[in-house]
Amino acid sequence: MTTTTSEARDVDVAASDDVPERGRLVVEIDGTTTLGIFRFGGRLYAWENVCAHQGGPACQGRIISRVRERLDAEQRSLGMRFDENTMHVVCPWHGYEYDVTTGRHPGVPGASLRRFDVAEAEGRIRVTV
Amino acid sequence: MTDVRRLPTQEITTATDTREILANARRDTERYGLDDYFIVDVDSHHVELDSWPEILQYLDSPVMRDSANQMMANWPNAARLALHNHSPGLTMQDVSGRIPHQASLAEETPGTTSGADRDVTLVRRAMDAMSIDVQVVFPQPMLETGLHPQPEVATALLQAYNRWFTAEVLPREPRIRTMLGLPFENPDACLATIEEFGDTPGVIGFLVTSQRHAGVHRNAYMPVYKELERRGLPIGFHAGPNQADTMTSTMNRFLSAHAMSFVTCNMTHMTNWVVNGIPERFPGLRTIWIESGLAWLPFMMQRLDHEYSMRQSDAPLLTRPPSHYIREMYYTSQPMEWTDDKLLAATLEAIDAENTLMYSSDWPHWDFDVPGRIAALPFVSEHGKRNILGETARKVFSLGG
Repeated sequence: MTTTTSEARDVDVAASDDVPERGRLVVEIDGTTTLGIFRFGGRLYAWENVCAHQGGPACQGRIISRVRERLDAEQRSLGMRFDENTMHVVCPWHGYEYDVTTGRHPGVPGASLRRFDVAEAEGRIRVTV
Repeated sequence: MTDVRRLPTQEITTATDTREILANARRDTERYGLDDYFIVDVDSHHVELDSWPEILQYLDSPVMRDSANQMMANWPNAARLALHNHSPGLTMQDVSGRIPHQASLAEETPGTTSGADRDVTLVRRAMDAMSIDVQVVFPQPMLETGLHPQPEVATALLQAYNRWFTAEVLPREPRIRTMLGLPFENPDACLATIEEFGDTPGVIGFLVTSQRHAGVHRNAYMPVYKELERRGLPIGFHAGPNQADTMTSTMNRFLSAHAMSFVTCNMTHMTNWVVNGIPERFPGLRTIWIESGLAWLPFMMQRLDHEYSMRQSDAPLLTRPPSHYIREMYYTSQPMEWTDDKLLAATLEAIDAENTLMYSSDWPHWDFDVPGRIAALPFVSEHGKRNILGETARKVFSLGG
């Protein structure tokens, strides 16, 4: 747990193994900032644990793939399916869903989570806060 | 030295403590100084089915009580549903586990001695987490009672619930208040309910719940309204969804049915209420429209005014356009449809929100609103925010203090 500059600080938050593929780690830093670190497709993403809607703990919600609706060539519905190429986290307060790779709600322009830089080296995960 | 703490709850589930689920509400409390506001939450819920066996023992009729006990004993899934008309569609409210607090508050409540005691503990946790001073607590599935296929069972269940709530819940926590449901299918039973509970501490009004098939203008209800007016007790219309209504039965998604059904329920009642001149007949009766949001109101005002101007003879008791009466009634805020600033601002202006709107959380439902939602409104005055968050409710319910 280290501090670098007085402005942005790189903070060692966890070991790489603490965030498995399609997993998450939610940490609080200095009692003031809470963020969720997610791993999808081998990459890490970090978002503030504050929903764009009403401020709910978005990073502590259910992790689930995006739901899509299948249509045939005639535009008839064939029902719903999970898109396994996506990873969403759902705010448990009201269900706002966010793509963990973009931090954006898939259907509400402008609804997005605050991003933090995250890096991984030598088995450790660091975020810039 | 930087302190990094892993949250003990990585994923919020039905087992998570209410205080932890709502921990982020503290951000609003600090940002807006909500501890400095008198906050009344005019619509929240406890889960009465968790205490269902206790409630059913308050059934007056030995025959009805025996039916309930036999159902609970013999039907594998009826221990918490006996005699109830629970709508199966309601189990879709939590969006397949995405919003767990809607499905259940299954957290630990060490030391609680009964369902009522546990409920009070859960309510206190939510109030404290959201900086709420007074919370008006309603049941949940019981609000569907207005749609019960057997009105005599509905009447008996409401009587049992009302007796249980006033005996077991209200005395435990003075910050909890309620408006008790009226057995609306039976006007005489409505009057008996008001007579029995009208003076009970903590009972601050009465509700018409989810009912949408009885015309609120029927002559049989006039003694009910007169008695409420005489006692100075408000009447609330608490809307409820139903996917089996004629209109919603065509809807294949819960989103669609919920969005429309809650609103049309109260649209129906408000239309009959205003067009038949109930506000002219009972000018002292305070009327509250609950859990339908606000977006429907400009529609109602414009639509009814438009038709009234051409058909005044259809509504001879009115001396003013319908919107004038609508502007003088009261509304709970949740779910406040804040998707477009201009539309919301116009809506609040149309209903004179600074004097008629009352904050409601609807906790623990999936579309609940935190008090910070009101505090964040950029187009409401500070005075108006204080009114909406608590001062208007203080006046409407004579909360004093």
